[in-house]
Amino acid sequence: MESTFTKNLGKIYTMYTGGFLLFFLLMALFEKMGASAQLIGIGFVLFTISIYAIIGWLSRTAEVDAYYVAGREVPALYNGMATAADWMSGASFVALAGGVYFGGYPYLGFIVGWTGGYVLVNSLMAPYLRKFGCYTVPDFVGTRFGGNTARFLAVIVLVTASFTYVTAQINATGTIAAQTLGVPFEVGVYLGLLGIFICSMLGGMRGVTWTQVAQYIVLIIAYLLPIIWMSNKLGYGIIPHFSYGEGVQRIAELEAMYGLQPAAEAIKGVSVLTTPQNAPGGEWKMVTLAICMMTGTASLPHILMRYFTTPSVRAARRSVGWSLLFIFLLYFSAPALATLTKLNLLDPNLATAVIGKAFADVSNLEWVKHWSSVGMLAVVDQNGDGIVQLNEFFMRPDIVVLATPEIAGLPYVISGLVAAGGLAAAMSTADGLLLAIANALSHDLYYTIIDPKADTRKRLIVARVLLIFIGLAGAFIASLKLTGILGAVAWAFDFAASGLFFPLVLGVWWKRANAPGAIAGMVGGYLAGTVYLYLVYNNLMDPWFQIDHLRFAIIGMPVSLIAMIAVSLMTAAPSKEIQDMVDEVRIPSGKTILGSH
Amino acid sequence: MADDNTKSREQHWVKTRNLTIVIMALWVVFAILIPFAAHSLNAISFMGFPLGYYMCVQGSLIAFVIMIWVQNWRQDAIDDEFGVGGGN
Repeated sequence: MESTFTKNLGKIYTMYTGGFLLFFLLMALFEKMGASAQLIGIGFVLFTISIYAIIGWLSRTAEVDAYYVAGREVPALYNGMATAADWMSGASFVALAGGVYFGGYPYLGFIVGWTGGYVLVNSLMAPYLRKFGCYTVPDFVGTRFGGNTARFLAVIVLVTASFTYVTAQINATGTIAAQTLGVPFEVGVYLGLLGIFICSMLGGMRGVTWTQVAQYIVLIIAYLLPIIWMSNKLGYGIIPHFSYGEGVQRIAELEAMYGLQPAAEAIKGVSVLTTPQNAPGGEWKMVTLAICMMTGTASLPHILMRYFTTPSVRAARRSVGWSLLFIFLLYFSAPALATLTKLNLLDPNLATAVIGKAFADVSNLEWVKHWSSVGMLAVVDQNGDGIVQLNEFFMRPDIVVLATPEIAGLPYVISGLVAAGGLAAAMSTADGLLLAIANALSHDLYYTIIDPKADTRKRLIVARVLLIFIGLAGAFIASLKLTGILGAVAWAFDFAASGLFFPLVLGVWWKRANAPGAIAGMVGGYLAGTVYLYLVYNNLMDPWFQIDHLRFAIIGMPVSLIAMIAVSLMTAAPSKEIQDMVDEVRIPSGKTILGSH
Repeated sequence: MADDNTKSREQHWVKTRNLTIVIMALWVVFAILIPFAAHSLNAISFMGFPLGYYMCVQGSLIAFVIMIWVQNWRQDAIDDEFGVGGGN
């Protein structure tokens, strides 16, 4: 039965994509017939969530292998799509283009970092972890180094990194649900969580895998369609990606013409454009950010565990290739989107421009009124000349993607599509993260350390109960609306890189690495990074060499590396069995190390 | 285990390791050195883009995708050469 399902995947997902496009056209037709913007938004959100719910229900399982690693039968191509959805969070979908818009060159560290990390995943980690045959990342640490202490420490690092990340995702899910459905944010958060549970609880990794594939399809259509539409309107051809170079030059001219000055009077929560689109400076900050994001990518358990679900080592490697290709489609589009949106706003030759126009006209634009009413945009004539200057146009960076269809004058159906895409991105990442945490706690903490005799039924019940509790805890923290939640995404990468990067890499690449070394590496890196974050974030010390709180792994990782090497060399070499195990991991063929899995 | 087998496994690992080192070196170039040199590269124009900007938003990304696919193609060949490719 399973194999016929796997064989028919192409047909199933082609039909699904066709159905989704048909739904899009239907909504466009409704808009023509006069359906309200709100109704279309609700239609998109409810339609997509019900499809995810159906997939989640159909994937329900009572088998451990299916629950933890989707039965290890996910073909490379589909695992690539699922990983791409798992990977691209609400932050990538919603905030990345806005970051490029406002952040200029230093922000490009995220673009390079969140793609280049996959080279590390492919070279250093994925194939070897797949050969190992583990269920979770701490499973690898515990077996390779031996002993429950190392396993337990890996669980702690995993939970810290993934939990900081998941609150940001639940927050994003809640924001989009609240805006589209017109409910308060707190209600939106719990509604979003409900959707997340439906995908992950019944089917575990299997359910999450097949919903993530569906979510990738929605999110990539929702991201690319507005860009292509806008590109054609502005005359950059069908695909703008290779031809917007002129636009970059034009923006430099416009920046010089208007001048990049800070606002006369700052407004909380929104910003004016002050960083040039393309004027490299602060190379050190850009590159250190990229390094933290790349090593973090290669250590984040919710990504690594996706490669445990392929049928073979070779398929695991191939699926890293697919993953990056699918991720690349969005990442090389984000700067194009930022550039076209900026042109739309700045270039006086375009009808959509607002800078340099009369203040009275701009404040009467529909989209300006809409986004100003929720406090995410502000146009204030601070110098009183009746003209909107560049430093009088305030915008929250996060809304660039969501507001672009309206700014460019695209029909509302596109905005509904973009909301569905953002929701898919945030939900799919939240699913993967919640499952990574719950699986580590249920498999490594409960089953391996506390009660190794537990039967299958009990193990799966514990896994699901933990999933609910962690989800509720995440939603509770998200509903408190703690400020600085956006920093949390970068922090997750820094935590993972500080605590796990070298223990994982050296576990495969250095036979001499032993348990005391791994323990020292995890404790040293994690503590050094966390203490540094605490001191710098709370202004208790000045950052060293401009290494601020977003890049604290630059402090954590070297400590981890040195501690791990030094302690390994000072203590006894690992046993013959362990060294043979490392040799075996390096050979793609043959049985997995953890045979029964 | 027979000596031949051990020897072939060692050779397999040496080749795998060398391939990985080459890829890591390229990774350093595209992920760290080129973005770091964006300012000077901007003097060159490429398809209408300043080259430094282009590399940070597209060029390096394309290089990453190609690196992974080429590495996997070469690695599959190495695995097959020593008969340890396993199934698909």
